[in-house]
Amino acid sequence: MGLLSQQYDDGNIVLTSVEGVLNWARLCSLWQMSFGLACCAIEMMAASASHNDIMRFGVLPRPSPRQCDVMIVAGTVTLKMATRVKRLYEQMAEPRYVVSMGSCSNCGGPYWEHGYHVLKGVDRVVPVDVYIPGCPPRPEALLEGWMRLQEKVRDFTIVKEK
Amino acid sequence: MTENLDVLRQGIASGRLKTDELVLNMGPQHPSTHGVLRLELVLDGEIVVKIIPSMGYLHRCFEKHAEAMTYPQVVPYTDRMDYLAAMNNNHGYALAVERLLGIEVPERVEYIRVIMAELQRIASHLVAIGTFGMDVGAFTPFLYCFRDREYILDIFERTCGARLLYNYIWVGGLSHDVHDGFERDVADFIRKFRPTVTEVNNLLNYNKIFIERTAHVGVLPADVAVSYGCSGPMLRGSGVDWDLRRDDPYSIYDRFDWNVIVGDGAAGTLGDCWDRHMVRVGEMEESCRIIEQALESFPAAGDIAEAIPKRIRPPKGEIYTRVENPRGELGYYLISDGSANPFRLKVRGPSFVNLSVIDEISRGHLIADLVAILGSIDIVLGEVDR
Amino acid sequence: MGKTHEEICTYLSELFPDAGLEYDDAVPCINVPPALIREIALQVRDDAELAFDTLMCLSGVDFGDGTLGVVYHLDSMSLRQKLTLKVTIPVAEACVPTVERVWRIAEWHEREAYDLVGIVFQGHGDLRRILLPEDWEGHPLRKDYQVQEFYNGMKVPY
Repeated sequence: MGLLSQQYDDGNIVLTSVEGVLNWARLCSLWQMSFGLACCAIEMMAASASHNDIMRFGVLPRPSPRQCDVMIVAGTVTLKMATRVKRLYEQMAEPRYVVSMGSCSNCGGPYWEHGYHVLKGVDRVVPVDVYIPGCPPRPEALLEGWMRLQEKVRDFTIVKEK
Repeated sequence: MTENLDVLRQGIASGRLKTDELVLNMGPQHPSTHGVLRLELVLDGEIVVKIIPSMGYLHRCFEKHAEAMTYPQVVPYTDRMDYLAAMNNNHGYALAVERLLGIEVPERVEYIRVIMAELQRIASHLVAIGTFGMDVGAFTPFLYCFRDREYILDIFERTCGARLLYNYIWVGGLSHDVHDGFERDVADFIRKFRPTVTEVNNLLNYNKIFIERTAHVGVLPADVAVSYGCSGPMLRGSGVDWDLRRDDPYSIYDRFDWNVIVGDGAAGTLGDCWDRHMVRVGEMEESCRIIEQALESFPAAGDIAEAIPKRIRPPKGEIYTRVENPRGELGYYLISDGSANPFRLKVRGPSFVNLSVIDEISRGHLIADLVAILGSIDIVLGEVDR
Repeated sequence: MGKTHEEICTYLSELFPDAGLEYDDAVPCINVPPALIREIALQVRDDAELAFDTLMCLSGVDFGDGTLGVVYHLDSMSLRQKLTLKVTIPVAEACVPTVERVWRIAEWHEREAYDLVGIVFQGHGDLRRILLPEDWEGHPLRKDYQVQEFYNGMKVPY
């Protein structure tokens, strides 16, 4: 970010756009829905535990979709679960983001061929912003994916282009 | 809390309090269902009258995959069933196929398998203890448990390159030999790990609030546990002295001196949530003892790949093999028709069986207690649904 | 260790002389006629010499030759012995009496066998699908299973 850490000649004044401040504030406090599906959820838990500490990115796990900005789809989405995932996504307030964590939610993973009950990619039911490969991805990979999402939030604009 | 409950119950029984049943849906997205389990709760006020569990939200068709894959290709899918105990799953599957093939594995492989399986048991119990604490409102032990779990995962990673799902124990052998300094790493870990158990004891297990939340809650009598086929800490917490590592020995467990931890109802009633929890805590120390003894007699050298068959086609036949998973009895029922793929592979998952008892032991408790009961059963949905 | 399968089969044949119990040496297991499975299950559970108090596993199998099977793996914790019972039925009449009231866990195992293999357990109190959704078509572990093209508007094969 660097906004506050830099030294300015004019004391405490920073000149930037409203959008810049808003986006900066949002990307530093993206709240995550605490919602795990399968094996990747364990790596997601490891990412929020002592060694990796995802909370330093301003991530706060919230159990209710109405309080969340980001849904991490961590694990295999089955056909029985797919409608519920869609419903959870619809309950989130805009702007909302989806991180697809792991091969299963990217494309069906190891279950793509014989998994008669596995949805072959969560992007068939909800739009996905960041895909993280791996089976399961390491916590470091989740952090990298998170930073990519932050880049995306930084570039968000509400001003209409002419 | 229990006194208030008694007053409520008396009021309802005497007819002074008029109540009506209501159905509440818990899950599949709920922070304390440990994954995607859905419970339909029939409630009388806040008291649970009946529970109708709905599973299958993570049914990933393991048994169908097993029929479509060759024997070695099934191993990675066994990882993904009980993803907290991937080594133990691999071990059970490898034993089933080896017994059908009639092959013996080298001594060094057996030692590595036992050490890995016991390390995995500690890692799995650490998750169980940490998340159980979190379910009943204690966040700090979770961080302590995950810190020590990471040390185990580091050892696994140095040996086979993976953190969570290893594909390490193969039919007839292992995917890699252990790394240089493996014995030192494991011994270091045990030394670092022992004080954690004391820390967790002080922080959580003998904490008055924790005991209030878990003692006398979700009591599972021994005969009910046996009739429901419960196994692992769930069964031992009810006072039944039964552990497959001792009672139906496999691998080289009969060479080591260790104890089977059994619940004793020290904080409340025999078979309550606290007993089940303490069995897990005690088992971690016993696993440490097994690992230490295995390290003492660890064969220094040996080819780990010498018994891996070039081509796996077991003769026609069938076998039921079971191993002691951290959650209980993991059984593989394998039918071979002589081809390169299993004809049928049925898995008896301990979580599936242990979960079936939830309706029986939760009746009459509050919803908040149900969270504690669910945490103490320690289910992994990947294995419940397979 | 306790009795072998052969001894148990001889013992049970004396109690049920008309049942036609067969001992299968290859597996080993005892083949039981479907109609009698409930009586035999009660007998092996309550008989003091057998005392099979736990049902370790109940598996539904499609043998692929027009027959289905239910395999019961039993365990006696007190006597340290194991037993395998097998019931074979034709696909056309895939019906077996339930053992739900003999071992409580059989309730879920039977629901799973019904869900995945399509075996109907007579007398079962709550025979619904357990893993797949209620409106799923077919039983996936049948050898002739064809995956449905769409479920709820979602494409099933890749």
